Amino acid sequence: MESLSGQTALVTGASRGIGQAIALELGRQGATVLGTATAEAGVEAINATLREHAIDGRGYVLDVGQAESVNQLAGQLQADGHTPTILVNNAGITRDNLLMRMGDEEWLSVIETNLNSVYRLSKLVIRGMMKARAGRIINIASVVGLSGNAGQSNYAAAKAGMIGFTKSLAREVGPRGITVNAVAPGFIQTDMTDGLGDEQREALLGQTALGRLGQVEEIAGAVAFLAGPAASYITGETLNVNGGLYMA
Amino acid sequence: MSSVEERVKKIVVEQLGVKEDEVTMEASFVDDLGADSLDTVELVMALEEEFKTEIPDEEAEKITTVQQAVNYVNASSE
Repeated sequence: MESLSGQTALVTGASRGIGQAIALELGRQGATVLGTATAEAGVEAINATLREHAIDGRGYVLDVGQAESVNQLAGQLQADGHTPTILVNNAGITRDNLLMRMGDEEWLSVIETNLNSVYRLSKLVIRGMMKARAGRIINIASVVGLSGNAGQSNYAAAKAGMIGFTKSLAREVGPRGITVNAVAPGFIQTDMTDGLGDEQREALLGQTALGRLGQVEEIAGAVAFLAGPAASYITGETLNVNGGLYMA
Repeated sequence: MSSVEERVKKIVVEQLGVKEDEVTMEASFVDDLGADSLDTVELVMALEEEFKTEIPDEEAEKITTVQQAVNYVNASSE
């Protein structure tokens, strides 16, 4: 199935985990994939993965938390003649701590990387999408942005902020044929969740209706759906992909 | 090279999807030509591209007619 041929997808945080799976799935469906990573090694990993799967596209260095870095990417994309028609805001970090112990750096870095980045990247692509009268923006939020989670007030605030942003931008650019949606993953097996303790893991699995962790491909499938023609009338929506961990 | 007036009018026709004869110098983008807030932002973006200039928000707000757009471009290129 090549439902995304002719599309150009910009995927942040594409060197591993959920972002890598999204990049591969969008590529498999025919999109040209521009993946970003914070360091050169990540970019090489993206290039190698794309080449291995015969997907058109390439990696770029980008720190989504730095305005200057986003500006540089904008210049590079222009120079390379790429105008993204799909943006997946996936890059994110965690700095978990109880609020009483949380430092400014932990709060600010999570807001900067997970939320301010969405503002910056969306601005980067929106002009081209407005002109094209088409486009898809997909923000990778989290179940935590809906349910809350002790020790993640920073992360939950950023992810809930992302969902509010999604709804507002969907209203703004809807008249131009651009859709803006979020995907809220639950407990997915990645480097990020590998860092959780056994006790936390057991507790989360106990609350998950399907009784297992999700796989990155299961998030990628939801993103590809929202990016594709089948989702043309869906906008401002947050799609929960969490195995029944939380039901809105 | 066409005049500033012709270039502005061409952009307005393209952006707002209106007929050329509707685009008089006095025509208001919102009241006469049916532009919404998104249209006016796009119009300003198109003017910026055409005339290779940056129009600050406080100036953009004052550009509500074809004449005002022409005046702004002429003033900024002096």
